[in-house]
Amino acid sequence: MTGLDFIALLPLLILAAATVIVMLAIAIHRCHALSAALTFVGLGASFGSLWISACRVPCKVTPLLLIDRYSLFYMGLITVASLVVVLLSYGYFEKLDGDHDELYILMLVATLGSAVLVSSNHFISFFLGLELLSVPLYGMIAYTRRRPLPLEAGVKYLVLAAVSATFMLFGMALVYGALGTMRFDQMATQLVLPGFDPWLVIPGLTLIITGFGFKLALAPFHIWTPDIYQGAPAPVAAYVATISKGAMFALLLRYFYQIEAQGQAPVMTVFAVIAIVSMCAGNILALLQDNVKRILAYSSIAHLGYLVVAFQASGQLAIIAVGFYLVAYFITMLGAFGIVAVLSGSAGDADSLSDYRGLFWRRPVVASVFTLMLFSLAGIPVTAGFIGKFYIVAAGASVAMWSQIIVLVVTSAIGLFYYLRIVVAIFSDSAGSADAGPAIALPGSVALGFLTAALVFLGVYPQPLLGLIRSLPPG
Amino acid sequence: MTLLLLILILLIGGVLAWAAARRSASAARWIALIAVLADFFITLNLWISKPAAGAGRWITEADWAWIPQIGVRFHLAVDGLSLLLLLLTFFLGVLSVLASWREITDAVGFFHLNLLWILAGIAGVFLAVDLFLFYFAWELMLVPMYFLIAIWGHEDRIYAAVKFFIFTQLSGLLMLIAILALFFVHHGATGVYTFEYEELLNTPMAPGAAMWMMLGFFIAFAVKLPVIVLHTWLPDAHTEAPTAGSVVLAGLLLKTGAYGMLRFVLPLFPDAAHAFAPVAMALGVAGILYGAFCAFGQTDLKRLVAYTSVSHLGFVLLGIFTWNSLALQGAVVTMICHGISTGALFIIAGAIQHRLHTREMGQMGGLWAVVPRLSGAALFFALASLGLPGLGDFVGEFLVLLGAYKQSILLSVLATVGVLFATFYALKLVQRAFQGQNTFNWSVPDLAPHEGLVMAVMIVALLWLGLYPRPVLTTFEPVVAQLEQLPAGR
Repeated sequence: MTGLDFIALLPLLILAAATVIVMLAIAIHRCHALSAALTFVGLGASFGSLWISACRVPCKVTPLLLIDRYSLFYMGLITVASLVVVLLSYGYFEKLDGDHDELYILMLVATLGSAVLVSSNHFISFFLGLELLSVPLYGMIAYTRRRPLPLEAGVKYLVLAAVSATFMLFGMALVYGALGTMRFDQMATQLVLPGFDPWLVIPGLTLIITGFGFKLALAPFHIWTPDIYQGAPAPVAAYVATISKGAMFALLLRYFYQIEAQGQAPVMTVFAVIAIVSMCAGNILALLQDNVKRILAYSSIAHLGYLVVAFQASGQLAIIAVGFYLVAYFITMLGAFGIVAVLSGSAGDADSLSDYRGLFWRRPVVASVFTLMLFSLAGIPVTAGFIGKFYIVAAGASVAMWSQIIVLVVTSAIGLFYYLRIVVAIFSDSAGSADAGPAIALPGSVALGFLTAALVFLGVYPQPLLGLIRSLPPG
Repeated sequence: MTLLLLILILLIGGVLAWAAARRSASAARWIALIAVLADFFITLNLWISKPAAGAGRWITEADWAWIPQIGVRFHLAVDGLSLLLLLLTFFLGVLSVLASWREITDAVGFFHLNLLWILAGIAGVFLAVDLFLFYFAWELMLVPMYFLIAIWGHEDRIYAAVKFFIFTQLSGLLMLIAILALFFVHHGATGVYTFEYEELLNTPMAPGAAMWMMLGFFIAFAVKLPVIVLHTWLPDAHTEAPTAGSVVLAGLLLKTGAYGMLRFVLPLFPDAAHAFAPVAMALGVAGILYGAFCAFGQTDLKRLVAYTSVSHLGFVLLGIFTWNSLALQGAVVTMICHGISTGALFIIAGAIQHRLHTREMGQMGGLWAVVPRLSGAALFFALASLGLPGLGDFVGEFLVLLGAYKQSILLSVLATVGVLFATFYALKLVQRAFQGQNTFNWSVPDLAPHEGLVMAVMIVALLWLGLYPRPVLTTFEPVVAQLEQLPAGR
């Protein structure tokens, strides 16, 4: 390791330092606002340091980590999303009793884990990042532990995540046994040599895909998702839906890109089946739900299915499609859960459809923001979701994956139905009182304002972001 | 630049109306009225001062880079066809603002925001000549229309609004696939990524691929038109929408489907469209007969008018796919006249519902003595709808039948039977609602001055189109000529 390596690692180092600082600050003086502010500053500093690291990339720091423009971009996305979650959490937890400071430590550690994931180049750093991300999430999901649902959700996530991690570990062992290397960049060269045993590699990769499938909540590994989203506090659900999945997807793209799996027909067949099943399961099962958080959970399953469609279409268009769609998905999911978070009070999360009945007539601005987010999920123009969906269909069409494109189109039309159910509720006549409820705390409104602006900006003028993503080869 | 201004006036006017409604509802109405009127006069000016034919394909255009990575441009352009449809858009736009003047009392600002934004989306559809931009505008007009039905509609509004949205969205996505397929086929043939309409014309493609892509476009436009089988959203949406919504739906949204056929399906895929023409013509005739037949069976006033739309738009489809100059001219004239006459019938139905609080014709009768002016106007537009010579609708349908006769005698005879059916439903409407005994003892006010003005303007427009259609016909003559010159044209 040289001094240059440390500069490249700066975003990760700052995150680690911020964790320690917040921990010490809590030991000295327990204060929710202070902890949240320190976390915010730490994340902001880490985000700022991306530009310093950008001068030193690409840079391999030990065999484990590869810091390049690709990983810096996703680190940036993750950090900004964490900043939004911090803002939302502050307003959300301020309404509840108890100590909330430790949540921010957990969040910083999980963010660090995600950042390690997107820059990993080796099975060791992959697994390290994965566990660094998962373990704090158990705590975050069950953070409001006196309520029954979060506790149940936390335990459920613990058990399933542990099982999936063992699957993944076993898969890695098999791949290592066949190829003799754990470095992503060396696997591709090994895979084209005749000597390896496909009966180790294919099951190994399948087990690894299973692990990915669990973390990304792709069907048929999606069973946990609705329960956890419903149980977790709304800002934490936002975190699970976006950062945890986004980091895994960035890694998925890089890993399979580097080992050149696009040429491996069995692997791609597995992904095709997963994509189709996810799109169908997510969109159809969401029709049966009455709980907004559960609807969003199924919607996120479907959206990850769309992403897998784009992922299979190799080539630059696919990389742009995945990158842009992830950004759009981040904004939209953070926005949707953000609305749930700001409307929730001390009595519990505002997650049943009846909580949203007539919202437009009581709080036009909040309702408009929520409607925009839902339209973005449905892929209606003027929102980032529209451009994202356009790119996904374009990526699929460019390599003529017609069957998956047709499934995407049909299921997203079905999906429209449950988004419209929420919209109908928002705009229905409100029979109840016309009182607007408490005002939304400043951090929450700042976060939602930022997300709305980003959503519309990217929907109308996507060119700068597309240009940026285009310059980020994952390999 | 003028073209962008047309859209911006509506978008900004909508937001201003919303903001103004907090202080005063009538301010919102005035702002909306002024915005649409401004657009109307700008377009009228464009029409009067348009350069002579032969000065290129477009009368005027505006072109900016938008997403250069994939060759998307913000390219608006107008030719004779789109100019006429824009005029119709703003004409009916003004009338629907006036028609909502008394009817809409809840959330007035948000109503006008939606109304103006629908008009902006429709104007975008008629103006866009970049396929990405076209799809963008196509999708954009759905959302405010959905709100218009779902918030200010009648009893079954949620069902109607959701059905409308899902039908159009799904068919729109099929069109998106077709657009992208065309985009990649064009890239494969020329190496250029572009959504530019004029560059995509004459893209060399395999016949099978062309047929699939043509069907993708056709289905999207067929849902809007509506073509029989895909029409089931229409009676619900038209019936449940508020008056302005029905006027915009029948008068304009359906025309976007016909416009899409003329602008995209025929020119982009001439061979595939030619091969498909017999099927489309048969569907058109089936729509004429089925729509007229169903209209005769309705007892709900708005539902009756809604089914007449299915019938009239059958003529448009028949005319488009007959594909000779007579029939094409007839199709365009029918599009415009149907917009006015059906729009007027919906305004009348809305005025009746506003007074009687029912749309059931069984509950009416003998209204002529009570509201003579309203009844007279209704008789006039019912006659226009059945194709009385001297009124605009007659010109359009006659031209279509004349053109279709050259192609297929059987189909044109069957279509003429549809005109006969039209007499039944139009007379049934007048007899049930306005003549006979006033058994329910209705006593309601007649047309107010501003309503009378709306009716008078529409009557004059229809008479003008029926007696002196030449200015309209010459305006889109170059477009019809271009369509006829297509490789597969007849």
